[in-house]
Amino acid sequence: MAGDAGSVLKVSVWRSSGPGGVAAGDGRFETFEVPRQPSQTVLDVVTHIQRHCDPTLGYRFACRVGVCGSCAMVVNGEARWTCRTHVDKVAEGGRLEVAPLRNLPVIRDLATDMSAFFDKWARARGQFSGTRSRQEPFAVVEPQSEERRQVDLGIECIGCGVCYSSCDVVEWKPDYLGPAAMNRAWTLVNDVRDTARRERLAAVAGDAGCHACHTHMSCTERCPKHLPLTSAIAGLKRETTRALLRGEL
Amino acid sequence: MSPRAQAGLWFAQRMSAVVLAFAVVVHLATMIYAVRSGLSAAEILDRTRGNLPWFLFYAGFVVAIAVHLPIGLRNVIAETLGWRGRLLEACTAALAAGLLAWGLRAAWAVYAPGGA
Ligand code: SF4
Ligand code: SF4
Ligand code: FES
Repeated sequence: MAGDAGSVLKVSVWRSSGPGGVAAGDGRFETFEVPRQPSQTVLDVVTHIQRHCDPTLGYRFACRVGVCGSCAMVVNGEARWTCRTHVDKVAEGGRLEVAPLRNLPVIRDLATDMSAFFDKWARARGQFSGTRSRQEPFAVVEPQSEERRQVDLGIECIGCGVCYSSCDVVEWKPDYLGPAAMNRAWTLVNDVRDTARRERLAAVAGDAGCHACHTHMSCTERCPKHLPLTSAIAGLKRETTRALLRGEL
Repeated sequence: MSPRAQAGLWFAQRMSAVVLAFAVVVHLATMIYAVRSGLSAAEILDRTRGNLPWFLFYAGFVVAIAVHLPIGLRNVIAETLGWRGRLLEACTAALAAGLLAWGLRAAWAVYAPGGA
């Protein structure tokens, strides 16, 4: 195993260089040495640096078990969920480079401001609209139906932003909604209880929506939950086109 | 431009791609035939002048190009230069008009009896 006790990792960590270390824009990599441990994750490494080398290092995490989606960073050039990424899998020649997610403003060091990412979920009409009140019986969603199957494929998103950070179109077109917001819209388009289908399809159509996707599939490749994001977006293209031809868009 | 119109552009680009896939194959086959049979320019013109089906085919080809290419280029321009709104739409429309005019002129030139 590569994580032998006694060996040392060389870790380059992005540090933002605004007043008091806070701020976006410029920055530089700073190198730290971190002892290797068996089964060590990238988040363990970052935590070690903050606890033992430099307490001013800013980063974000919560659950440490791949549920909350708050710990994503760019590790050796690729966005990853750091709490579930083992150093053994990604360290090249005992080296790690850890940087904040791309396509989002940096708050400090490794922590990004994810507001724009989540605002886009709202813009993609990512809220459920139902008709029943809590006094009424539960709606029945047929588990074997094609719609429910589509929902199942996309529902496990943890909102980590890895896909958003990996998408070049987000970089080229900052108003592009991005894969996660559209995946959310796609799960709702397939929700048989939902009543806002028309508005949702209108919200995800066009240059800032599904029609901007180049089918690069970086999002699908990098999503830690292995969600089929590109095909969700293709589904939206199909449904918006149908709506367009019916005059419903 | 509304998202609805943008979705329409996307659809128009996909549909024109279907036409192009067919037209490019026919065009290439024709070119290869003409070259391999050693047809001279005069012999080619002899076959195209007054030939309405050929004219309609090439006119359709030109229309498909004039639809397909500007929409694709519109995306490239928006992504690389960051142009949006009026400037982008004007540029796209000018490109479409130019391609249509030049293309139809060329198709007409090989069709019109006596040349254009
Ligand atoms: S498939 Fe679409 S959304 Fe996913 S990375 Fe590529 S362009 Fe972005
Ligand atoms: S779709 Fe995947 S990569 Fe994107 S936010 Fe959700 S879990 Fe993360
Ligand atoms: S800390 Fe919650 S997903 Fe990594």
